[in-house]
Parts: sequence; structure tokens; C-alpha cells
Amino acid sequence: MTAAIEASGLGKKYGRHWALSDCTLSIPVGCVVGLVGPNGAGKTTLLNMATGMLAPTTGSIQVLGGAPGSGPDQLSRVGYVAQDAPIYAGLSVADHLSLGAHMNRRWDAALAAGRIRQLGIAQKQKAGTLSGGQRAQLALTLAIAKRPELLILDEPIASLDPLARREFLQVLMESTAESGISVIMSSHLVADLERISEYLVVLVDSRVQVAGDIDELLASHQLLSGARRDPATLPDSQHVISASHTDRQSTILVRCEEPILDPGWSVGQIDLEDLVLAYMGQARTSRLGLNGDAGAKILEEKR
Amino acid sequence: MMWLTWRQFRAQAITVAVVLAAAAIFLGVTAPHLLNLYDSTGLSACHASCGQIASNFLKAIGGPDKTVFEAAIAVMYGLPALIGIFWGAPLIARELEAGTHQLAWNQSVSRTRWTVIKLGLIGSVAVATAGLLSLMIGWWASPIDSAMNFGQPFSGPYLPRLSPLVFASRGVAPLGYAAFAFALGVTMGVFIRKTLPAMAVTLAIFVAVQVLMPIYVRPHLMPPVQATAPFNAFENNELTISSPGNRMTLVGNFSRPGAWILSNNTVTPSGQVFTGPAGAACTGNYPPNACNAWVNTLHLRQQVAYQPASRFWPLQFIETGIYLVLAAGLGWSCVWRIRRRRI
Repeated sequence: MTAAIEASGLGKKYGRHWALSDCTLSIPVGCVVGLVGPNGAGKTTLLNMATGMLAPTTGSIQVLGGAPGSGPDQLSRVGYVAQDAPIYAGLSVADHLSLGAHMNRRWDAALAAGRIRQLGIAQKQKAGTLSGGQRAQLALTLAIAKRPELLILDEPIASLDPLARREFLQVLMESTAESGISVIMSSHLVADLERISEYLVVLVDSRVQVAGDIDELLASHQLLSGARRDPATLPDSQHVISASHTDRQSTILVRCEEPILDPGWSVGQIDLEDLVLAYMGQARTSRLGLNGDAGAKILEEKR
Repeated sequence: MMWLTWRQFRAQAITVAVVLAAAAIFLGVTAPHLLNLYDSTGLSACHASCGQIASNFLKAIGGPDKTVFEAAIAVMYGLPALIGIFWGAPLIARELEAGTHQLAWNQSVSRTRWTVIKLGLIGSVAVATAGLLSLMIGWWASPIDSAMNFGQPFSGPYLPRLSPLVFASRGVAPLGYAAFAFALGVTMGVFIRKTLPAMAVTLAIFVAVQVLMPIYVRPHLMPPVQATAPFNAFENNELTISSPGNRMTLVGNFSRPGAWILSNNTVTPSGQVFTGPAGAACTGNYPPNACNAWVNTLHLRQQVAYQPASRFWPLQFIETGIYLVLAAGLGWSCVWRIRRRRI
């Protein structure tokens, strides 16, 4: 089965600054993928390359087995709601639906009209006068009604109020559950993605820190707490993601495929938010020129 | 894609249709006066030696018609610039500013097709607008334009259609200007990515090109005709003497109806442009004839380079072709840049 996104050594450089570097990913089809990372991490750059809006500087990317944006066929297979859900402010909602009908082969006019009716938006209304939530919903409607196999959403709910967020996600889940399409959605907040995602990609400082099925990620990360101990003494199979210490106690997050057998540790589970925060913290440490383990050591010595 | 392009352009298209209709009505109402005058002075029936009749006709034209004649020239100069600024520059720059290109490029239409259709459709409307207006104004001004080509002793405030000022407002040249200005505006929008700066740069470049073209390029589009004749000071020539140094400038009369005179020099037998010094006969209180007689002893010759009136259409087509090629090059650079995802 072809991957939704298959990237290898993908990088994008603006001037002397790398917006995304050395990104190697294989995202399976058929699931809802959360792309999380702080602002400026390279999420938009990655998604723009996946839709063919940008050409990579290095490496390659394939979307549903094809080159992004390479032609009408590829374009019709991918739906994209760009950041801030751009729409034509001067055109009416009905105009936007006509636009979709005229510019797409597999346009589902009944679906589009039905969704707009459900949302309670008047077709005659100018798109520029829609609320932020309605605007995002209109952009989502356009992307869904073209009947894509993959739906890419760049921070679709960042600017929405909590109610509009919930509505948007609800609509998104309903329509994707019906059609079984793959979804990739970015956000700088884990909480936005936690409820709907099955797969997670963490992007920090223009690099992919971790990517994988969320259940597997949670199962393979353990929070060890016990008597104070140098993280460097842990077995090789346990990769230290973060470590914190008090005078007597150490708390260490490790990634480990095997069960933790050391009786000196009490083993706990962490939630997704803590997991993502730990990887973001790790990225920050390595930005100081240290790898994860050594960084943890430095923090310890400072104490 | 046609649908979206048309939908986005609809308001402007309606505006321009209204303006063209208004211009057609206005010119249609005012033209008969000029045409009747053309008939009543006998110019329409004249076939040879019509200079004096043409002169009578030109003298009889009233102030309002003169104003329309001049305003029409201004309009034909302004139209391509307006097309470049208000249709060209915002066409893609506004999409890039609002981010709506991301919406457009993610429907199932390739960005190349999107660009080509936008350029082609609106560029065609721009060219057609300029063509229609040029046709109407050319028809309205045709009595004056043909009178100017009859070799009239009096031309008043009017200029022949081959003169640099009028040339750009007649014939097919405005089509080329409109295509060029439009493509220039779009290209500036694509490269600058901001509507207002793109509009300003478009205006600046277009004005510069329109000024440089008649000065440096148009005179050489076809090799000028050279005419040379002995200079006879008695034949009502222009004579200027400036002290100090008794510098003397002589300009011979030269009359080719409707021609565009590029240079008119008075040269010495050795081929140098004559600049003096003025002889004693010309500096004191001597009668003019004495000065004229002295000038004639110098055996000066008059050398004129000009484009004859008959070259109006060849020059029009060559110039239009140049502008169309420039427009095509600019359009291609837009498509190339967008296709290559340099946006």
C-alpha cells in the first residue's frame, strides 16, 4: 500500500535559513495524522511541499505515490486547507461552491450544498463577512467536496474560539469517517490533535523529532522514577528523552521497546501532551549543541 | 478556470463596457459636426492640391472639437497605463497577498493553466478595449488626420498622425501598448508580490518605455528618407543670430505633408552643420536681403531626414509587433516563475 506521505531527506532553505531539514517520514494512509510543533517549526513548509505549493531544496517527497501538485490528477486526490483558510473575500459562498464545481472533476455538489446548509450559512453571503469559524468551515467544505483521498489541514482551528473548534473537529471527524479518507492536520497545540489523531509527527526546530502511531508511542515511552541516578548508566535499549532530578530522586523519560525490568524504578505511563513536551524540550537541549543524554547530564551537574 | 477568471473580472468588465459605450455615444454625437464641416469646406470632394481647402477646414474647427481631439489623445495614452496598473499589477499580486492562490492552486487545475487562462482572457479583454477605443477615436479624428496629410499652409494646433504625440493614439499601436502594459503589470505583481509597489513600478516602467520609444527607437524602425537641396536664404527660411561669437543658425523650410521630420540641418559644402560666424552683412543694420545674399554665397545645403506620411501603417505594425513580443516575453516569465514554484 502506498504511503500518504513518503519523504526522504526532505529539506527547504530560505536564503541561509533551513525551514525544514533532513525530514524522512513515512505516513500510512487511512488514518488521522497530527503534525505538532511550536510556531515556526516548519509545519507549514512541510505541508506546502506535500501539496506542491513549494519545491523542496533537498530530498524528495511523494504524496499518495505521486509528485505533489504535478497535475490535475494529483491535485484532485489531495484536498488542502491552507493556513488561515484563505477564501475570496469578494465572492459569495455560492460563488465558492461554483468555483469548486468548475475547477474539480469529482466535485460533490450535493455534499457541499448540504454542509453549507447544515452550518446555517446563507449561500448569498459574501465570504469576506463570514466569521472565523464559518470561514474555516467553508474552506473545509471546498476541500472535502472535491472528494480527495488525502485531506491536508494547516492549523485550521488556531484562530477559532473553543466552540467553533469543537464544531470544526466534529464536522471533520464525521465527514472523514464516512469517506475513510486520510487526514493530516497541523497544530501547535497537542490538545487540538489528541482527541482525533491516531498518528503523530512532532516537528521542532525544522526537524522531525518523533513520528509514529500514538498508541505505540505511548506504549513505548515509560516514565521511570526512583533513587537518584545518572541517566548515562541506563541500558542501551533505553533511550533517554528527558531527565529531571531532585536531591534524592531521578525522573527519567525513556523510549524503550522492551519491558522495564529494573526493580529500582517505579514505572509510570505518560500522556501525549507530556510526551510531546519532552521531545520539544529535548530539541531545545540539542539546540545548545548537546545530545539528549549529555544534555540531561549537564542539567544534573548544574544543580 | 474560465469561470473563476471571469467571475473575478466581471465587475471590471462591466465597468469597461459601460465606459466604452459612453465613449461611443459621445464620439458618435460629436462626430457629425466635424464630418459636415469636412464636406461643406469641400475637402471630401477634393483630390489634388487641396492644401488651401484643408487649411480652411482646420481653421473652421471650433474649440470644442479641438478639445475633444486633444482629450482623445490623452485618453489613448492613459488607457494602457490604467490597464497595466489596475488590471495587470493586482491580477496575481492580490492573490499572493490574500493567500487565495493557495485556494486556487489546490483545485484540480494546474497552476500553469490557471496562469495562462488568467493572462490570456484578461489580456485579450485589455487588447480589445484598446482596439475598440482606438477605432472609435481614429474614426472621429479621421477628418482632421486626413486634412493634416493634404499639405495645408495652416495646421493650427493640430499635428499629423505620424508625429510622435499623435502616433501612439492611432491605429493598431494602442493594442500593443495595452498588451505590453498588462503583461508588465502582471509580471511586476508576480515578482514583487505586493500590489501597491507593483502598481507604482508598472507605471514608472511603462511611462519610461513610452517616452524612450519615440525618441530612440521609432525613428529607426525604418531607415529615414534623406533629402538634400541647395539652401536658398531668400526662400522664407528661419535665421537666428546669437552674439557672442556671432553664432548663426539657419533652418530651411521643408514641407512634406504629414511627414515626421527627424532632423533638418543646414550644412557647409564640407558637410559640417553650419553654425556661423555671421558675416558683417547680417550683424549691422543692413537690409535683410544683403544678409540673405551673403548667406547664399556660402553655398550651404539643406539636409533633411524624415519619415514620409505613407509610412504610418508600416511603422504602426512594426511598433505593435515589438510591443506584442515584449508582452509575450513578460507573460512567459510569469508562467515560468509560477510553474517553477518560485512563488
